[in-house]
Amino acid sequence: MEKFTTFEGIAAPLDMINVDTDMIVPKQFLKTIKRSGLGANVFDEMRFRPDGSEIEDFVLNQSDYRQSQILVAGDNFGCGSSREHAPWALLDFGFRCVIAPSFADIFFNNCFKNGILPIALPQAEVDKLMSDAKQGNGTVLSINLEAQTITRPNGEAIAFDVDPFRKNCLIEGLDDIGLTLKKSEKIDAFEAERNQLAWR
Amino acid sequence: MSHTTLYDKIWQAHLVDEQDDGNCLLYIDRHLIHEVTSPQAFEGLRMSGRQVRVPSKTLAVADHNIPTTNRAGGVEAIEDEQSRIQIETLEKNCAEFGIDHIGMMDLRQGIVHVTGPEEGFTMPGLTIVCGDSHTSTHGAFGALAHGIGTSEVEHVLATQTLAQRKAKNFRVNVVGDAPDYITAKDIALAVIGEIGTAGGTGYVLEYAGPAIEALTMEGRMTLCNMSIEAGARAGLIAPDEKTFEYLKDRPRAPKGADWEAAVAYWQTLRSDSDAVFDREITIDAANLPPLVTWGTSPQDVISINGRVPDPAAIDNEARRKATERALAYMGLEADMPVQSIEIDRVFIGSCTNSRIEDLRAAAKVIEGKKVSDRVNAMVVPGSGLVKKQAEEEGLDKVFLDAGFEWRDPGCSMCLAMNADKLSPQERCASTSNRNFEGRQGREGRTHLVSPAMAAAAAIRGHFVDIRDF
Repeated sequence: MEKFTTFEGIAAPLDMINVDTDMIVPKQFLKTIKRSGLGANVFDEMRFRPDGSEIEDFVLNQSDYRQSQILVAGDNFGCGSSREHAPWALLDFGFRCVIAPSFADIFFNNCFKNGILPIALPQAEVDKLMSDAKQGNGTVLSINLEAQTITRPNGEAIAFDVDPFRKNCLIEGLDDIGLTLKKSEKIDAFEAERNQLAWR
Repeated sequence: MSHTTLYDKIWQAHLVDEQDDGNCLLYIDRHLIHEVTSPQAFEGLRMSGRQVRVPSKTLAVADHNIPTTNRAGGVEAIEDEQSRIQIETLEKNCAEFGIDHIGMMDLRQGIVHVTGPEEGFTMPGLTIVCGDSHTSTHGAFGALAHGIGTSEVEHVLATQTLAQRKAKNFRVNVVGDAPDYITAKDIALAVIGEIGTAGGTGYVLEYAGPAIEALTMEGRMTLCNMSIEAGARAGLIAPDEKTFEYLKDRPRAPKGADWEAAVAYWQTLRSDSDAVFDREITIDAANLPPLVTWGTSPQDVISINGRVPDPAAIDNEARRKATERALAYMGLEADMPVQSIEIDRVFIGSCTNSRIEDLRAAAKVIEGKKVSDRVNAMVVPGSGLVKKQAEEEGLDKVFLDAGFEWRDPGCSMCLAMNADKLSPQERCASTSNRNFEGRQGREGRTHLVSPAMAAAAAIRGHFVDIRDF
């Protein structure tokens, strides 16, 4: 997993609540047995007509936002299906960070496993970043995970919370399974005891 | 322990490690896998040279994009090449890593959340995960069960544990005597309508109260299944005699003295009378009307006697915009009566409502009647065993005589990965769990209802109040 520290990126506004993972990557793309290549299909049904042509109004089809790395969205982002294809598709498109007032649990977890930073902020702060993102024209936000700040184009820094353990995993690019396997002895002991139970 | 909830107890019993920062390692007793969210996990194991830690604690069955017609030729005859590759990949991965796999031609094959309980793989007090958000279904047995992503599938395969932080406790009390026409589906929709699709985020829901105790195991599975639609990863119901009755003599349930010991333990699995919940709500099942969704979020719930909302009456801007978008997508006018909405398709199936009780309820409504000329209706049983039982009871004849299609088991049009899908603008009365944009097919329009309400809509060609039917 790529290490996550500080970056500046174009922010795309997706001013909708309850963006579900079916919207982020529709089911017809779940037939893949790979993780890569889904960026072409991210937000497919909002982005392309059935004949494959682009829907001009959709934010990622506008020239200002084709290189976006940050997505600013509404409440309850990533609800619905557990498909990890959603963060894979976002990442493959180029997104490294999603900012919203709240996230669905499974999607939120899946982001961290793939080097995407989901940031939950109060609505008023998201509103500011949404209006920054809507400026377009190459407007960037700067994300500093170490300092836990988002810097707006006007220089204002907005602080955000992140679980310290997950923060460290992102910064170091750590592999979760590798970390857990360091606790193998504890797992062995627990399992040996559990395997004695009639209701295991 | 006292003052503890059912969730607290199961959590505590599976805690392998707890870091000072609150990050925990939870032991996983049962892992269900299917063809769509597992291939990349096995690939990850191969790339890092890791093994499956305890193959016997994982069970595989393909369901998401398996065909529901023309199966006689077996997997190699599946027309859609990508679907076939995915199903073959699951078979190969299971063979390579020594995991028990229920194949497409096996009578037990079905939707993973129907098959797991039927096999007795699901039991009270266990931790159960699957790379599918509707894993919450298994909470009906008093198991802590939730959906995970593919990276976590790989983590569970490699370590038999999951890194977790403890959720908060939320009790949903459902009181009152539910009338016959109020099903677990209506209760689920009422809960989601009440707390919203994010209302359960960060919580485990425990459903309790007389109306929950009165539910069958099938009903409890329907209710827990939709916990994720309220944002909760898991829903729980304390096990009782109905739970034990359901599990007794299931293939993988304990036998003999082990069974007795297990039941004795399972009887301890309930929240203490003085348990503390972070949040509680109460719903009166006696006063619920049959419910329908009008929009593109499961929280868009209204009474069958209600009217589609008017965005102009909504103050909150984000809500108003979402409502306008949903009405446009659904092709509905503000303020129109729900019963005037005409439908084109009916889907009875999915991990929410495809069990024998669901099929009986639908069959009872349509017996001796014909599906409306404007409607194409289908039934997709949840598993081969459900299908067989329904056929033994003659339900297939009832459906076929009425003009329904009678399919082979799978997820089918709940998520439309296989050939079963809506065409643009087609409107469907569906017993599934999600009415998201595009969920049942691009530009398809989904209304979530109970099996009886879907069946009645199939006959009349529009939504009807099951109480008047």
